[in-house]
Amino acid sequence: MFIDPHAHMISRTTDDYEAMAKAGVVAVIEPAFWIGQARTNAGSYADYLSHILGFERFRAGQFGVRHYCCIGLNSKEANNEPLAEAVMEILPGFATKEGVVAIGEIGYDEQTALEDKYFRLQLDLARDLDLPVMIHTPHRDKKRGASRSMDVIIEHKVDPSRVVIDHVNEETIQEVRDRGFWAAFSIYPHSKMTAERMVALVKTFGPERLIVDSACDWGVSDPLSVPKTAKLMAEHGLSEDAIRKVTYANALAVYGQSGQMAEADWLAPAAIDQRTLYQGNTVLRGGQVPRVDQSES
Amino acid sequence: MTNAKPASPQTETAKSLLLGWLSARLSPEAFGWLEQQVAVISCGERAQQLGIAVGLAPRKVGKADLDLTPSEREDGRRARKDLDTTGWSVDQAARSLLVLASFKGDEAAFASGLDRIFVSAEIGEQIALLRGLPLFPAAKRVVPHAVEGVRSAMQPIFEAVAHRNPFPREEFSEAQWNQMVVKTLFIGSTLAPIQGLDERRNPELALMLFDYARERRAAGRPVSHELWRCVGPFAGAREVGELANMLANGVGMEAKAAALALSECPLPEARSALAATPALSAAIGNGHLTWNDIV
Repeated sequence: MFIDPHAHMISRTTDDYEAMAKAGVVAVIEPAFWIGQARTNAGSYADYLSHILGFERFRAGQFGVRHYCCIGLNSKEANNEPLAEAVMEILPGFATKEGVVAIGEIGYDEQTALEDKYFRLQLDLARDLDLPVMIHTPHRDKKRGASRSMDVIIEHKVDPSRVVIDHVNEETIQEVRDRGFWAAFSIYPHSKMTAERMVALVKTFGPERLIVDSACDWGVSDPLSVPKTAKLMAEHGLSEDAIRKVTYANALAVYGQSGQMAEADWLAPAAIDQRTLYQGNTVLRGGQVPRVDQSES
Repeated sequence: MTNAKPASPQTETAKSLLLGWLSARLSPEAFGWLEQQVAVISCGERAQQLGIAVGLAPRKVGKADLDLTPSEREDGRRARKDLDTTGWSVDQAARSLLVLASFKGDEAAFASGLDRIFVSAEIGEQIALLRGLPLFPAAKRVVPHAVEGVRSAMQPIFEAVAHRNPFPREEFSEAQWNQMVVKTLFIGSTLAPIQGLDERRNPELALMLFDYARERRAAGRPVSHELWRCVGPFAGAREVGELANMLANGVGMEAKAAALALSECPLPEARSALAATPALSAAIGNGHLTWNDIV
């Protein structure tokens, strides 16, 4: 069993869902993010959040994959102040909905003053709602951006044990680990982090608080990154326990702190979910028939 | 605990019904939370509270099946004609209760409050609210939500309106009704759980269904046997010919469905076609074969 704790499934095809389910991915987490071009009004942002809480969750369930999400205003769009103000108004209502496991992905892109303002406001929101946080670290000036993100998180009194720093690499892992945060690695075919480098990192640092994800989206990316990396780790002699931690258990431990994600969701889902939101899964194929009473009318 | 006046006898009945069912099933802590939310929402002093409480309901009360006893189901039908809670969960009942608590006698205000909840409702909230529609006041004003539910590409949302729900039978126009019935077949769902299926049959629907069946057959795809339940009384000469052909060449369920449809058609050709299969004709005559046997 694998969890892909960072996957923009809204951009992926049904083939991807089929392949992920077949490879053993039982759950995905879809962080709210930029969609490749800027949204120009809060209405389209609200519909996007509804979409990842609605149709995308349903679509995943049809393939036997449980779908969770993170709600947040991303750093790129934080630079449009009128949009950002309006989005901040609607975020609390979405963040408290079922299946929301964190505020995210939030953080810095260019590290502007507006990005900083909305990053801080959302850290306060996460603290007030008692939700974990997923941090996007910047592509440019990454090392200083990651350090600064961690400084601000601690300044806002959000416990590092509830925060995942994502898109970590060899340059940033040491500080992330030393300061008590969870470190996530987006395994990309051409950028960010490769499976081979990931194997070496787990060997060097051990599996504690390390998390592998695909961050698959609308760009060149691989929704099977998590199972493929697990396979490579096994070939390189990493223990089953270590592989399970970085491709399943660690993600569940940190995002499970939301109270919105538990192993029972895919191993023994509520009857109502089996009837409506979660179909074609191995539990049902194993002989459990969803119970629907005969109508009396 | 609340300064709210009773909004309407029906709403008060529905609220006490749901409270009774939930108090028998929830932990004291969960039920206490629910009662407190009902009180706050009834006061109407915090406009945001309805949305927050509806959102939080599953994590506070859980998602166990509601699973009413036969006598509780009977109470439900007495309180609200044709109410069918088959497949409901406790969070869905709680969400309906919270929405009912927001009604303070002003139908327009109630409907616009519900609009605000629907705008950002996630999938579980939508299913719960659509199942709750028959319990809500201001039926005419909330019809657009049911119609939108039927447009959904998410089958459980569609079925929250179409199945085991008296709302469409009572409130849908003929065009809305016909769209719902045809779409039920189109998405591979079942007609049997639709309330009022026989009573709301109409010539326009029969025409759409015959066309749909021909299109499916032309594509070499199977046709649901349930489809024929809605066409018999309105079949013309061409359609009777098609049904007679199904009866003569079909096997099992298909022949039975054709026989039932022909038995409901007033044309003499239908009678004579049916006479060709005396066994089926007799089974229909003595009540041994009905639409409830067709799946």
